[in-house]
Amino acid sequence: MRTVRIGAGAGYSGDRIDPAVELAEKGSISYLIFECLAERTIALAQEARRLHSAAGYDPLLDERMEAVLPICAEKKIRVISNMGAANPTAAAAKTREIAHQLGIYGLRIAATTGDDVLSVIRSGNIALEENSQLAESLSKKILSANAYLGMEPIVEALAGGADVILTGRVADPSLFLAPLVYEFGWSMEDWDLLGQGTLIGHLLECAGQITGGYFADPGYKPVPNLARLGFPFAEVSEDGTATITKVEGSGGLITKATCKEQLLYEIQDPAAYLTPDVVADFSQVRIQETGVDRIRVSGGKGKPRPPTLKVSVGYHDGYVGEGQISYAGPGALARANLAKEILIERLRDCGQIELRFDLIGVNSIHGERLSEMKCEPYEVRLRAAGKAESMRTASMVPREVEALYTNGPAGGGGVAGSTREPIAIFSTLLSRQAITHEIHYEVS
Amino acid sequence: MLLRELAHSRTGDKGNLVTISLIAYRDEDFVLLEERVTAERVSAHLSEFVDGPVLRYVVPQLSALNFVLHRPANQCVTRSLALDAHGKCLGYALLGLEI
Repeated sequence: MRTVRIGAGAGYSGDRIDPAVELAEKGSISYLIFECLAERTIALAQEARRLHSAAGYDPLLDERMEAVLPICAEKKIRVISNMGAANPTAAAAKTREIAHQLGIYGLRIAATTGDDVLSVIRSGNIALEENSQLAESLSKKILSANAYLGMEPIVEALAGGADVILTGRVADPSLFLAPLVYEFGWSMEDWDLLGQGTLIGHLLECAGQITGGYFADPGYKPVPNLARLGFPFAEVSEDGTATITKVEGSGGLITKATCKEQLLYEIQDPAAYLTPDVVADFSQVRIQETGVDRIRVSGGKGKPRPPTLKVSVGYHDGYVGEGQISYAGPGALARANLAKEILIERLRDCGQIELRFDLIGVNSIHGERLSEMKCEPYEVRLRAAGKAESMRTASMVPREVEALYTNGPAGGGGVAGSTREPIAIFSTLLSRQAITHEIHYEVS
Repeated sequence: MLLRELAHSRTGDKGNLVTISLIAYRDEDFVLLEERVTAERVSAHLSEFVDGPVLRYVVPQLSALNFVLHRPANQCVTRSLALDAHGKCLGYALLGLEI
């Protein structure tokens, strides 16, 4: 039976680049997929595009393309990525320029668009779910609205001969499902095959998270050579059965346990994982070890795709100011608590602000009850964070923390502070009819 | 014994949801997990981080349970002031459950 090898070159925007190079060089893969678009990333990219019309794509696009294009062009590896972010067309133009500089000619680069539905959302003429939440947020500043597209535009671009495909918002597993559908000629209504293909995509989409990343726990789940963690690829058969593995000699490991953790990662009902392509059912998946770092996965199933598409809407949500200061030695905890009392009193009078205090190393992650401190720590770091509607009010948090140097308890040190304008996200659903995709080609 | 001795876990987040998997190291221990680690128990153990009922999905095929927690409005990843805004450390809080 014919097989196709698909590799994962990134699990998030800032991911390591050398494992992708290793995979392209030594993985004998036909496709290299870079998943780089988290929920909020596209809202930030949209802002960048508003400031510069040629911006708004992944900040590491240049570095990644320079690293992998020479190998991919030589070995005929096709690249698929959502690094187009808020501006796939500009990302494609930039990639053509990079290919040119590297002396790679004739490379066909596709940009797929259509996920940006900001104007549709703004027009308000569309039936949206969760309307009350939307109405509340419309009064705030909406930055972006992007629908999660499925595999279709990518399959079309592959059929159009693209060597590199840059998308905006596409459901993560669809980036991997598309080449399988294209290569094997799977029907876009064979829900079981699409469910199995989505399973493969879901397992690969976080790259290192299936090869031992985000897994290691000394004494319980040891992982060798995390500093040289290899990224995964799947050897997929025409019937959808796949073996997940990695380049021999690379760091990390692939076991049933790493695969199970990734299979359930960010999944709600394992029997109904909604994507734009299919409602996938992972509840009957079989995971078998067939060799060292070789796991065979089969049994993913599916039901017809949902009638609506998920849309992520990003909006500005006030300002957050944060400051930190450390105390050490005898009485560290008491001095940190005294500093906290001072801050509460000082910040109470500077306007409407939501405050939070943490003692880092003591109770900052899970609060008093679960933390149950039994002894005095040698050092404590007090963290104060505040959220306000104005930058000025929020910035009072780091200012007041810094003022603890000369106005607060003895022996404070290592002050750090910042003020930022966070982007919040809410999700809604949009009818498929409201969305059309387009493909634009560049040739180097 | 702590749950950690029997199972491993990974936490994910989506919007105002946190998902926590709990996977038995040995298939034969799964029955015990299914019996002892109920949605109610998880809800009580992580009460500060939960708003509304905890959902539990049983996946015998993987010897795993999958929990879905709705977080309080001020704890959603994009609005939270917490150091771990995503709630990524919650899985290890669950592994600290006495069983």
